[in-house]
Amino acid sequence: MSVLVDEDTRVVVQGITGGEGKFHTEQMLEYGTNVVAGAVPGRGGQEVAGVPVYDTVQQAAREEDANASVVFVPPAFAADACFESLDAKGLDLVVAITEGVPTQDMARVYRKLQETDTYLVGPNCPGLITPGVAKLGILPGNIFSSGNVGLVSRSGTLTYQVVDNLTERGLGQSTAIGIGGDPIIGTDFIDALELFENDPDTHAVAMCGEIGGEDEEEAARYIGEHMDTPVAGFIAGRTAPPGKRMGHAGAIVSGSGTGTAESKISALEDNGVPVGDTPEEVADHIEDLL
Amino acid sequence: MRLHEYQAKQVFAEAGVPTPASQLAETVDEAVDAAEEIGYPVAIKAQVHVGGRGKAGGIKLVESKDEAREAADAILGMDLKGYHVSKVLVEEAVDFVNELYVGVTMDRGEGKPVAMVSTKGGVNIEEVAEEDPDAIAREHIDPAFGMHPFQARKVVYEAGVDRDVANDVASVLTTLYQLWDDRDGSDVEVNPLMITSDDEVVAADAVMNIDDDALFRQPELAEMGEEAAEGDELEQKADEYGFDYVRLSGNVGIIGNGAGLVMTTLDLVDYYGGTPANFLDVGGGAKADRIANALDMVFSDDNVDSVVFNIFGGITRGDEVAQGINQALEQFDEIPKPVVVRLAGTNAEEGMEILNEELVTVEYTLEDAVQRAVEFAQEVEA
Repeated sequence: MSVLVDEDTRVVVQGITGGEGKFHTEQMLEYGTNVVAGAVPGRGGQEVAGVPVYDTVQQAAREEDANASVVFVPPAFAADACFESLDAKGLDLVVAITEGVPTQDMARVYRKLQETDTYLVGPNCPGLITPGVAKLGILPGNIFSSGNVGLVSRSGTLTYQVVDNLTERGLGQSTAIGIGGDPIIGTDFIDALELFENDPDTHAVAMCGEIGGEDEEEAARYIGEHMDTPVAGFIAGRTAPPGKRMGHAGAIVSGSGTGTAESKISALEDNGVPVGDTPEEVADHIEDLL
Repeated sequence: MRLHEYQAKQVFAEAGVPTPASQLAETVDEAVDAAEEIGYPVAIKAQVHVGGRGKAGGIKLVESKDEAREAADAILGMDLKGYHVSKVLVEEAVDFVNELYVGVTMDRGEGKPVAMVSTKGGVNIEEVAEEDPDAIAREHIDPAFGMHPFQARKVVYEAGVDRDVANDVASVLTTLYQLWDDRDGSDVEVNPLMITSDDEVVAADAVMNIDDDALFRQPELAEMGEEAAEGDELEQKADEYGFDYVRLSGNVGIIGNGAGLVMTTLDLVDYYGGTPANFLDVGGGAKADRIANALDMVFSDDNVDSVVFNIFGGITRGDEVAQGINQALEQFDEIPKPVVVRLAGTNAEEGMEILNEELVTVEYTLEDAVQRAVEFAQEVEA
């Protein structure tokens, strides 16, 4: 089994007529994802890669019975695209791939999200994949394999690295979720961990965090208090100097004792989560935990 | 992006926050003229992005023309914690009886803006936040509604601000929130907000940080920000190329795609006994030219003894990366520093096939690539 994405996931792609939208729609279709519609204002009636395009997400969801959307629109319009999907009744999942969405825009989207039952993954994320079934986003499908390890990560390419280490030794994945590294995101570590905890076919979880913010510390407490499924962790940015921003909006160390790699690693270890020094060691830990 | 004090004060003043009379000066003569015009005492303040300017000698209070000349001469051109001072703000010295902190920022944990007031102003507010968090009154703002007037009053009274000036402080806070909201602020602060013996409030300093991702809709501030840009020559070059780049003190140059993976590569360099010279993220979907620029950047850092490329392609294609590396290296008669390349993910095999192995060392795992680069760097140092 899996979380959030399975064979019944029917996807609308927002921004399907753009370069990225079109390319990744083709990739998703090739992987076996049910991409059932596109939504682009003014482009209703067109077709992209054999997929019908509608003017609004609402129309696309109604006509094609969609229950998920993937957002591939430019940063200036990304929040509006998220609002549109959150407003379209019947969508269970919205995945925002767009990088560089203004933080204040996301604060408003996050506010709206609290009024709905929809899961929003992202923004600035690679998306999520249930190997062998469906992928929503830009993850390279060929490195994943089907199995019982859940994966949740703030970083896209680090996800690929850890998956590679897992797959290499035959540890397949139930679902891998890239939640994104921005200061304000929809689905966070705790949401993802809760989903994995309740999934009978996820037997262990790999959690990849990084410096900045306190999400990992909170997730560590959640694991200690609420999880029976074992978790292994990795934290990127041990060598980052204080006060410098390292790419991800969140990846800055204030130097005030929270948000550092040390505080995250010790929070995880204090709650029974072994933390790997290298991505390969994460796979070692998962192997031991299974 | 962070504005200089003089720029932030200009934005604040236009919005209606009371600020002291001031003039910007770039030469000693300009500074002295400004001081004469404003009238003594004045403060002469270095305009650089450095905390604790006062303690570091970047702010001086002067009472006469001679003192003004001496202070301006000392501050202009000085090196303040690594930053060259080329501008000073000459400002009317405010005679105050009390100092407050007033600010608005994003609480990322809550996903909401938060308005803050503290009567412990005039000092490093981060230290106050850590040592005595209760000394800062806070109010979360619903971004859908903005700040209601009652919320501004609530946080001001909660902080214990003197009731004679409470309305004026609430008004400053309301203006700061509006600026934060309209101008895509990440941190907008006045510290200290001075209270004079006549119960006037005056913003004696001004901080305005803008969300880099929102600069596309803040053209006026983006322009100010370009003027405010300062720091490392290489970091400025990285800005031109559009890279996320941070210069570090070691000798192993690191190039990769994706912040988390690049940070992990840094950590592994350290783990295997080396020291990272930089963080360079080429971002997603980098084409050959961009890869060549990245290599050019890292080569131009004299501290670099070896370079490791760690690319895990998703949206980025390994063949494009390989072409970029070849393109950058083929122009040299002799490669200036050894380069180790690890390509995985999308089109990695195609990339490995076209990489010119006479110019680079190819490794197939992250661990091997990092260890090799560390060894190369150690050989150079030895």
